[in-house]
Amino acid sequence: MDRRTLLASAASGLALSLAGGRVAMAQAKDKVKVGFVYVGPIGDGGWSFQHNEGRLAVEKEFGDRVETIYQESVPEGSDAERVLTQMALAGCDIIFTTSFGYMDATNNVAAKFPNVKFEHCTGFKREHPNVATYNARFYEGRAVCGTIAGLMTKSNKIGYIGSYPIPEVIQGINSSFIHARKVNPDVSISVVWAYTWFDPAKEADAAKALIEQGVDVILAHTDSTAPLAEAAKTPGVVGFGQASDMANYKPSPRVSSIIDNWAPYYVKRVGMVLDGTWESTDAWEGIGGGEVLIGEITEAVPAEVKAKAMEVHDAIGAGTYHPFTGPLNKQDGSVWLAEGETAADADLLGMNFYVEGISGEIPK
Amino acid sequence: MLRLEKRPNPSRFWNYATPVLAVVLTMVAGGLMFALLGKNPVEAIRTIFWDPLFGEFAWYFRGQLLVKAGPLILIAVGLSLGFRAGIWNIGAEGQYMMGAIFGAAAGLALYPADNRLIFPLMVVAGALGGWIWAMIPAILRTRFRTNEILVSLLLVYVAQSILASMALGALRNPEGGGFPGSRNLSQWASSANPELIAGTGMHWGVVAAFASVIAAYILLQRHILGFQIRLAGQAPRAARFAGVSPNRLVLLCMGISGALAGLAGLFEVTGPAGQISIDFAQGYGFTAIIVAFLGRLNPVGILLAGLLMALTYVGGDNASTNLGLPAASIQAFQGMLLFFLLAVDLLSNYRIRPSRKEAA
Amino acid sequence: MDLLGGINPAVLVASLMMASVPIILAAIGELVVEKSGVLNLGVEGMMIIGAICGFAVAVETGSPLLGFVGGALGGAALSLIFALLTQVLMANQVATGLALTLFGLGLSSLLGQSYVGVKPPPTGRLDLGPLSDIPGLGTMLFRHDAMVYLSIAAVAAVWFVLRHTRTGLVLRAVGENHEAAHALGYHVVRIRVLAILFGGAMAGLGGAYLSLIRVPQWTDGITAGAGWIALAIVVFASWRPWRVLLGAYLFGGITVLQLNLQAAGARIPVQYLSMSPYLITILVLVIMSADRRRSTAAPASLGKTFHASR
Repeated sequence: MDRRTLLASAASGLALSLAGGRVAMAQAKDKVKVGFVYVGPIGDGGWSFQHNEGRLAVEKEFGDRVETIYQESVPEGSDAERVLTQMALAGCDIIFTTSFGYMDATNNVAAKFPNVKFEHCTGFKREHPNVATYNARFYEGRAVCGTIAGLMTKSNKIGYIGSYPIPEVIQGINSSFIHARKVNPDVSISVVWAYTWFDPAKEADAAKALIEQGVDVILAHTDSTAPLAEAAKTPGVVGFGQASDMANYKPSPRVSSIIDNWAPYYVKRVGMVLDGTWESTDAWEGIGGGEVLIGEITEAVPAEVKAKAMEVHDAIGAGTYHPFTGPLNKQDGSVWLAEGETAADADLLGMNFYVEGISGEIPK
Repeated sequence: MLRLEKRPNPSRFWNYATPVLAVVLTMVAGGLMFALLGKNPVEAIRTIFWDPLFGEFAWYFRGQLLVKAGPLILIAVGLSLGFRAGIWNIGAEGQYMMGAIFGAAAGLALYPADNRLIFPLMVVAGALGGWIWAMIPAILRTRFRTNEILVSLLLVYVAQSILASMALGALRNPEGGGFPGSRNLSQWASSANPELIAGTGMHWGVVAAFASVIAAYILLQRHILGFQIRLAGQAPRAARFAGVSPNRLVLLCMGISGALAGLAGLFEVTGPAGQISIDFAQGYGFTAIIVAFLGRLNPVGILLAGLLMALTYVGGDNASTNLGLPAASIQAFQGMLLFFLLAVDLLSNYRIRPSRKEAA
Repeated sequence: MDLLGGINPAVLVASLMMASVPIILAAIGELVVEKSGVLNLGVEGMMIIGAICGFAVAVETGSPLLGFVGGALGGAALSLIFALLTQVLMANQVATGLALTLFGLGLSSLLGQSYVGVKPPPTGRLDLGPLSDIPGLGTMLFRHDAMVYLSIAAVAAVWFVLRHTRTGLVLRAVGENHEAAHALGYHVVRIRVLAILFGGAMAGLGGAYLSLIRVPQWTDGITAGAGWIALAIVVFASWRPWRVLLGAYLFGGITVLQLNLQAAGARIPVQYLSMSPYLITILVLVIMSADRRRSTAAPASLGKTFHASR
């Protein structure tokens, strides 16, 4: 294919989609090629590692009917656009782009390849009919961990290590705190911002600083096991696995974990491409959809605490309880959600405030 | 035993032959590594070096080579002037970020105005941002004799912090739903730095890179400042007798390299990258140091070194995706290529002779 | 106003001593390299190779001690490439060092593929008996692992050797004026190669400390820039061993303090706190270098290629 025919097909594809036809609607296929773009190395043991586990699940599910390719450590920006184009040129039928920063690149490349499906993780832009978005409701998992944290703390101080103050991290802090306080009205939360996505040594220091302040339950929104290893050094301090199970630190300090489980979504969506039923959607599943898993709650947790945590887990999974249910006030005391009201997704996606009871400010 | 004998003048033949020899050696050593990883070495090497230039999709990749090489060349040309004069600016990465931040801020302050002067204004602001950031180590060195290696390097981390808080705060897109990152500058006509000819990868940053190569060539060959820079590097004492002010040279060289790095950042943020984000900086400022030395601090050499480096990135990604090679193996491969390029450089400056007796 | 509100200084000192170990080890090694007149910018690469080699050896043998030996050997092996290129083949040191970092980052990731998520054997604290029970001081100084004391001992040893021994004198002579040292009959290249190997081993040791004690785990890119900080600390120290310790403790101390301030709920904007270690290090260096009585000059032959013409 030379440049002219590519541009021509891109133009005709665009015209078709503007005319209202579902151009991305294709027939069933015998075989599909699937591309994955990762922001970190698959050896990061966290975010990219879990996405790659999802890729392997797709291979296992469909065997010879799929071929998967992937690219690790793709910087956001121009490199992402090039790698995406390269995958589309290599004949991918569907490409998963697994970092927020790929949002514009995904939409730009999707415009040029109307017959390739693009799935962007954690973003909100779907400018073309061949772009879908997906995310997981990690805050649902945080609600379960927060419940455990509130009941397990003896000092009534829990700590949270955040990467950068983005909505997803703030959701996690709020959800953890709300549920810790629900079961323990005396609990307070200390937040330390590492200001980095990845620096295991700094994460260890942050955990240590929290422990020195009397914190005895640590939640982390950074991916390494460093906070758990640090917690292991002080008897009585517990924490949670983050992104992956971190089973090596069982039964304590790792008392449970939040696992990013992308496999069900990837298998489902690739299956749809095979069947020819793929459509642009905005998926945001959580515990109910199996994308957020709570790892084994170990014997270090008393039975009644475990029962309470599982109660929250099951209610969220069944859809009978939303972790952000009113009455909830914002940090300044103003009303956010009235009695019985639940948070709208749009509010959550752009969340940039703490709920009432958390001290400290979100860095601006 | 063999012994090395310095050539009176660098060998013209080996000047051209060494890069080829290095690439061949890298293909052998890299091929071995790929074979150890269980991949077909011939296919891997072909995917890295051949496909982006002459393969089926070369029409796309050739343009991408320019996109990747542009900032590397622009920054490296600036750095090479200072390196020649013995002035060590290791912090181009920070100057690159500050250029992008200043430029983007200048533009976004006027959003959504529709005016053709906005882009030129941003270019000036970008150069200014990089220049200011480079002036900090320069002034500290001239006033307090503070070592510029340390200051320029540590300011990279400070710039990274500023970049993050800009993406999260002051420059955040008010219509972005609370997500970090600025408005997309490449999608706003007044600030966009698009491809000048569609499909070629040629944007203003690439044009600036080529222009900087020519300007640096003329400066070094024809201009008194170029002479002073070369003199200060080769014979600092002689330079002082010749009336070259070391402080003035520090301010000039740091300033030029900072401004060029700032420009590179500005062209990147308005074009290929599109927006200020936490992860905007990708190490161009550090890689450019390698490019500068690989090009023997010579503008034309830098041009070629930048293109070669870009080829290993573009080709490396290509091989990594299509052959399932770990990204780390591409990094190791790039390291090998650099080792060989640096090693065989010896042949252009030295002759290898059998030694008469034991070498000293 | 109690600025440190609720932060225990003894605990803070204890954490900063531990946090600074990788940087001290790598920086004191690089100091020796630079004293011999060689600028090796590949510290980050050597550290991360040390981190994976140390981790792998410790996991395979179950012995943290052997792990540290492995880390040092790994770092030294990588530095051998640098020595070969810059001393025998006379390649440019700056570019070779940067290439070494690139190569080391890639190679470490390849070597570490099967070690992601593995837990290393634990390294115990050094038992100092009653010393560790002294209130305050015990927490601060006497409850560490052996490597913390080794890092201080390494600084002392390097200081002693450079200052008081013939080896140190020769090393400094080579670094100040390699032509003259050569004329006096010293083997410039041999001495430099040995210095480079020492630097590599120390960087490797620092890396192994990260993956075996401080974090402890293996993940790609675990050093996260520690090697660059080590390079900066050598310059900060004006090539003097004890100042390496000072610089590393200052930098490590502020890094730890800013996290402690956050944990204690101090009302200082986080973005200023996060850039404070770099800004304060620069500020202190400016103050020190403004004092014109003291020499802050680098070794005169630093970064220059030596070729014996006779």
